[in-house]
Amino acid sequence: MTKERKMNIREDMSWRDMPQGGHIIDAGNAEDFKTGDWRSMRPVWLQDKCKQCLLCWPVCPDMAIPVEEGKRKDFDFDHCKGCGICVEVCPFKAIDFVEEE
Amino acid sequence: MAIKDKLSGNEAIAVAMRQIDPDVVAAFPITPSTEVPQYFSQFVANGQVHTEFVAVESEHSAMSACIGAEAAGARTMTATSSQGLALMWEMLYIAASMRLPIVMAVINRALSGPINIHNDHSDSMGARDSGWIQLYCENNQEAYDNLIQAIRIAEHKDVQLPVMVCYDGFITSHAVENIELLEDEKVKEFVGEYKPQYSLLDKDHPISMGPLDMPAYYFEHKRAQAEAMKNAKRVILEVAQEFEKLTGRKYGYFEEYKMEDAEVGIVIMNSTAGTAKFVVNELRKQGIKAGLIKLRVFRPFPFEELGKALSHLKAVAIMDKADSFSTAGGPLFTEVRSAMFDYARDTKAVSYIYGLGGRDVRPDEIMKVYQDLLEIARTGQVKSTFNYLGVRE
Amino acid sequence: MAYNLKTLTEKEERFTGGHRMCAGCGAPIVVRTVLRALKPEDHAVIGVATGCLEVSTCLYPYTAWKDSFIHSAFENAAATVSGAEAAYRALSKVGKVKGTTKFIAFGGDGGTYDIGFQALSGAMERGHDMVYVCYDNEAYMNTGIQRSSSTPKYADTTTSPAGSELPGKVQFKKDLTMIMAAHNIPYVAQTAPFRNLKDLYEKAEKAIYTPGPAFLNVLAPCPRGWRYDTPKLMEIVRLAIETCVWPLYEVIEGKFILNYKPKNKLPVVEYLKPQGRFRHLFTKENEGLIDEIQKEVDRRWNRLLELCGEA
Repeated sequence: MTKERKMNIREDMSWRDMPQGGHIIDAGNAEDFKTGDWRSMRPVWLQDKCKQCLLCWPVCPDMAIPVEEGKRKDFDFDHCKGCGICVEVCPFKAIDFVEEE
Repeated sequence: MAIKDKLSGNEAIAVAMRQIDPDVVAAFPITPSTEVPQYFSQFVANGQVHTEFVAVESEHSAMSACIGAEAAGARTMTATSSQGLALMWEMLYIAASMRLPIVMAVINRALSGPINIHNDHSDSMGARDSGWIQLYCENNQEAYDNLIQAIRIAEHKDVQLPVMVCYDGFITSHAVENIELLEDEKVKEFVGEYKPQYSLLDKDHPISMGPLDMPAYYFEHKRAQAEAMKNAKRVILEVAQEFEKLTGRKYGYFEEYKMEDAEVGIVIMNSTAGTAKFVVNELRKQGIKAGLIKLRVFRPFPFEELGKALSHLKAVAIMDKADSFSTAGGPLFTEVRSAMFDYARDTKAVSYIYGLGGRDVRPDEIMKVYQDLLEIARTGQVKSTFNYLGVRE
Repeated sequence: MAYNLKTLTEKEERFTGGHRMCAGCGAPIVVRTVLRALKPEDHAVIGVATGCLEVSTCLYPYTAWKDSFIHSAFENAAATVSGAEAAYRALSKVGKVKGTTKFIAFGGDGGTYDIGFQALSGAMERGHDMVYVCYDNEAYMNTGIQRSSSTPKYADTTTSPAGSELPGKVQFKKDLTMIMAAHNIPYVAQTAPFRNLKDLYEKAEKAIYTPGPAFLNVLAPCPRGWRYDTPKLMEIVRLAIETCVWPLYEVIEGKFILNYKPKNKLPVVEYLKPQGRFRHLFTKENEGLIDEIQKEVDRRWNRLLELCGEA
């Protein structure tokens, strides 16, 4: 899913090949960095219980609840850190919280 | 046609700033640099410049606002002295490492404590390793000329580093002297339009500046910064040549005064060079082969050029208007002598720290330095390497 | 336009995942909500003070910011952004930049209440068209939970530890929102990620689009520093608001407006109890300290009610 980037910084690169001043010229490229392996707990979206109220969406610190055309999809597990805030705010118990395997 | 005028150093700097017409000036008053933002804010109030003047609440914020402005693609300038420069210290390094070509007049003044508003070079010498280019000026003309050249040096695509233009508090900043000014259009044409490579305001190319940089990349970024300083050595001379075509006034890394056949000489910076040239003239009248080098560019340091320029002397005194409290001489001495190790190993070098806190330096005192050098030249013996000049022992 | 989550999801997210803030941190919720208040066609320059948010969201060679971002140091986010804003005015004047750019600074309570307070005060006084957002997590979390002037009284931090002689921090929390209100700037508000985030979103929108300087103080719980389980964030915020420890209010052109009045004001103990940083207050030796906190919360709440004409 890595998008095409303007800079491709690697640890074996010379200083000559990096933009000056430590500037990062690819805005938003942090999404290439996966934080999903931080999880010790995993939210499980119970689609049949979900009423699409979207209360879970804005409280996610990791932008890991994608919404398309007004409806939430399953978690972005590349970035979800398993904090469980969404689990607690769900009024319909539509998100389970289980140990990560 | 050049314009002849009589201006103080601070006025000359303010006039140069008006002619440059920067986008942003952020400054905080401190003696003896206060007049610079004062004069300049009058230009703003009169609509003579398009500049946004940001009257910040401290020098730390002055440099921070300059960083924000320059990062946003604005040509940005400021001025300060002493404690003000010390308060900026943290931000000086950041400005340089972010490769922001801010230009700042530093009106040299002693650092506290005890508090003292008069001239020495402790302030800018303390900032010598902050990554800024440093130009030093003997008088108001040089301050004016250097400030205009500084814009071009700083903004050059191979440099992109901030520049300090340093001149002596009160002695240069407040004394009114004759000066030759350029016409406004000529300055405007010389500095040209600023076209930053990166800007926070470039909405089509959003950028993140000032990241956390871990060991895997930090060193590479510092190495690139060092290369920019190396490039500055070339660019400083290129800009000086262009400036000479425009004004007839010649600038290099340093000025050599009666050095061709000199046997003894001193290395000195800023206004005291004027006094010392007078002494050289007196000695020359007596048939003594005395010379002088006035350093203009301290950062980048002209290691090879300066070392070679001293190689034919029998003895040289390196004069510091700042103490580094190392017990091994002032900062200028340390660096000049290091260059001499490679290029002038047969020349004896001694250190003099002088004029701290605005202590007057009289011609007879400088004469005494030359006499010491002549004694060293005659005997080949250095009795005292580390010396203080003009202090009551 | 009425606040509607579904409509808001249509706006592009301006802050991305893949940042390294701790799991369950309150700050990213604050940041993404504030940025969501920007009009999609507007560009933003965002400045962040050194702290958790900066080191975790802009760790070379990655950035979680889709707008332009600058970090320079700890105490100067307001000054840095004020310089960028001055540049925008100067360059707009001569037609070198086009379109609208908005200026937002973020700082933690360390970078705002303490080390960055002078630069904040200066930038607000000078009238720059910018918003300063404090994400207040009530201690220096980036360096490992040291007390700040925002830390509440008797909280246990690593430099105000609870011991046999001292029951945590001995001073009450500085009331920065009131101090900023005293700057008489166009817009000041105190808010938090509460319920569906309407309060925070709408205040961010007002702050960003009110000409001139604006200040938002946003409670942003830190599960590590406050010592509660990460899923409880929104519940902790709710308790802060329902106990009146953190009232939601705004000051528009000097006029105080209370945005939420609990129907049934809860005792402060409800807020303290779930947080490990206050655990020592529930021992026999420290009896009476919670009453003291309650008294101060009541005093500040009553004063706010008076200011808002709700007393």
